Amino acid sequence: MAQPQDYGYGEDEDMLRGEVRKFLRNKCDERTVMKLVAHNPDLGREPECLWDRELWGEMVNLGLTTMAIPEAQGGLGMSAVAVATVIEEAGRAALPSPLIACVNAAYVLRACNGETANAALTDMAAGKTASLAVTNKKGSWSSADTDVSATESAGATKLNGTAWFVQDARKVDFYIVKAASSAGIALYRVPVDAPGLTITPDSIVDLTRDQAHITFSDVGVDAENILADAGQGETVMAAAEPAILTMIAADMCGAAEWQMQTTAEHARTREQFDRPIGFFQAVKHPIVDMMINIDAARSLVYNAACAIDHEPEEAAEAAHMAKAEASDMAQFCSRQSVQLHGGMGFTWECPVQLYFKRQMHNQMLHGDGSYHRAKLANILIGPISPKAA
Amino acid sequence: MSGADNKDTPEQAAFRAYCRDWLAQNLPDTPPVELPPTHVEISSHEQVDYLAAWQKRVYEAGLVGCDYPVEYGGGGRKNCQPVANEEMIRAKTPFLINSVAMRMAAPTILHHGSEELKQSLLPKIFSSEDIWCQGFSEPSAGSDLANVQTFAERKGDDWVVNGQKIWTTLGKFASWMILLCRTDRSVKHAGLTYFAVPLEPQLGKTVEVRPLIKITGETGFNEVFFTDFIVPDKYRLDEVGKGWDVAQTTLKYERGAGSLVAPSTVYSITKFSKKTSKAMKLIELAKESPRHNDTSADDAVIRDRIMKLCIREKAKSESFRRARVKGLTEHSMRIPLQAKILETELQIDIGALAMEIEGVQSTLYSGDENAPAGGEWPLSYLASLCLTIGGGTSEVLRNILGERVLNLAKTK
Repeated sequence: MAQPQDYGYGEDEDMLRGEVRKFLRNKCDERTVMKLVAHNPDLGREPECLWDRELWGEMVNLGLTTMAIPEAQGGLGMSAVAVATVIEEAGRAALPSPLIACVNAAYVLRACNGETANAALTDMAAGKTASLAVTNKKGSWSSADTDVSATESAGATKLNGTAWFVQDARKVDFYIVKAASSAGIALYRVPVDAPGLTITPDSIVDLTRDQAHITFSDVGVDAENILADAGQGETVMAAAEPAILTMIAADMCGAAEWQMQTTAEHARTREQFDRPIGFFQAVKHPIVDMMINIDAARSLVYNAACAIDHEPEEAAEAAHMAKAEASDMAQFCSRQSVQLHGGMGFTWECPVQLYFKRQMHNQMLHGDGSYHRAKLANILIGPISPKAA
Repeated sequence: MSGADNKDTPEQAAFRAYCRDWLAQNLPDTPPVELPPTHVEISSHEQVDYLAAWQKRVYEAGLVGCDYPVEYGGGGRKNCQPVANEEMIRAKTPFLINSVAMRMAAPTILHHGSEELKQSLLPKIFSSEDIWCQGFSEPSAGSDLANVQTFAERKGDDWVVNGQKIWTTLGKFASWMILLCRTDRSVKHAGLTYFAVPLEPQLGKTVEVRPLIKITGETGFNEVFFTDFIVPDKYRLDEVGKGWDVAQTTLKYERGAGSLVAPSTVYSITKFSKKTSKAMKLIELAKESPRHNDTSADDAVIRDRIMKLCIREKAKSESFRRARVKGLTEHSMRIPLQAKILETELQIDIGALAMEIEGVQSTLYSGDENAPAGGEWPLSYLASLCLTIGGGTSEVLRNILGERVLNLAKTK
């Protein structure tokens, strides 16, 4: 299969993106987000889950939450490129919402490719929300690792253990849980109010998200909620990984564009030594470097998204590239955005902090730059020889 | 079929098939002389003769000047030059010698030249009957190009030129030059006038060309000295005092951001392929280079650094692809103005990493029989250093990006 030169991005996709940008600019500018999530700087504050449910309701009505769900299951069935551009807009707005969690859950359900998973997708198209509970305490992103076990007793499956680093855990209706049994890795659908399930919120740096670890003690799952059979879970997660990586990278590109544009605006208006500081090359050039880095990552995001749509055999390689570049880019842009805002950039009241922290979180989710370059090297160079290791 | 082919217009598709066919039948055998890596290092008349003859054949076949109007010796096609360029690269033809003429002189003459100049000069550029060089930079006018001091004084229908140009690629072999002169010392930018001048008749008399040796040890650039050099007024492009505006046209094409793509452009070849990727060549180098108890390809740090460059190389070609998609860029000049920075900084980083991968072997230069790959990597590393300087330094290009795209206060 070959990719279309224009990434399959046409007028319809561009119109949707434009509408989403306008919508979020009106409903979710940085002052609004600051008011919503940054009301308490106390280091010892209780872990919070702050988001605008009303705004989410409007997004549901607009169909934005069903972008990645196939039409057969009642969704919009949009291309990954189109989804990525909408996620970019969410990143640009630092939108607190379960949007990325839901999109990534939808890609995993699509990769399950079975009746139970399709039923879950249909529920999501009707407004249900979901997040992935697939990571262990060590924070391993390997599709084989989990601290949750699945055991069969009397024809029912029981889950025990803890899933860590679950995103937007208190905003969603059900989790997709990765669990290990003697027969291999399986994926289960578990509602947040299942008996035996405990959500323990994490205190996190990022103000625009909530995160938790989820403990399962003898949580029962029936056959209708087995999304991927034991032994299939790893393959499913590996198949969905390119989309997950690409969407997080897209969020980073959108957030970084806000960081760069806001920093440029500051450099146009802030005066020192009788000139706008953007006059000085020591300020001008780092802002241009933010732009250059953003453009590299954005181009790789569209390439990876287009590969998911049109060239799945290339998608893993392309997604490792996109997430690696976007992760390093996000760190660079974040640091420049604070540095070039001077003392104000270091304060709680300046919205630069929202994006800095969202980018820190994004950078580490599902692997940072060096992690994905190591994965990419295994594809492009081949594994490290056992002699050297 | 490669990806780009899918989006060819019917005209482009037919033309691509024609190019492929012609190149398959007309690809030259091994050249009778050893060819330098690019037109910059051409050092002998034998090389010039061979390459000029090749370009003439390619032109006569219609693969050069394709998008120029027929009345100026062009092919009268639309957006077909990129197709010809891609196919020539694919077929691994010798490079086209008249690069300065085609990238800089031809589009400038088309936009600003008189009808007579367009008809007389352009066909001989395409056929490479006339080799051209560029007379812009001076010892005191590099990044600050508008500081050009070479003075042209009006005497009746002629101009009398005195001064010095430097970094003149192909100066030793060129018969024509695009020449930026000062015609008014009382104003800076508005005191410049642009000419397209024949050098040959006055070579060794009022024009003297002296070679400069590059950091690599190879020939490359030249200095050109004018002493009462006579230029008839008919060779002026656009009005007196408009030289700066005309020069902007030249620079736009030189930096790869022009709309009329010249043949064999350095920065417009956008397709990434693993076979032609220079960053991917580092992988092969790493597999052959010993490190610790194994090879550099088994060293986690080296692997990470190679991957960084492979990713940047891919990002570059994807950015050029994205620049053509409506709606996927924030500002129309944002990627085109980055093109030269992306291409050139990557080349230098690749060279520098190759040195580290080779380790102490990289101390062995071209003349050493033990040098890996004939000392190719240290040579290309050194040679690459000029890329971020010539044709607009990376610093000046960052100023332009900050000022034109982000509206930051002008540095100057």
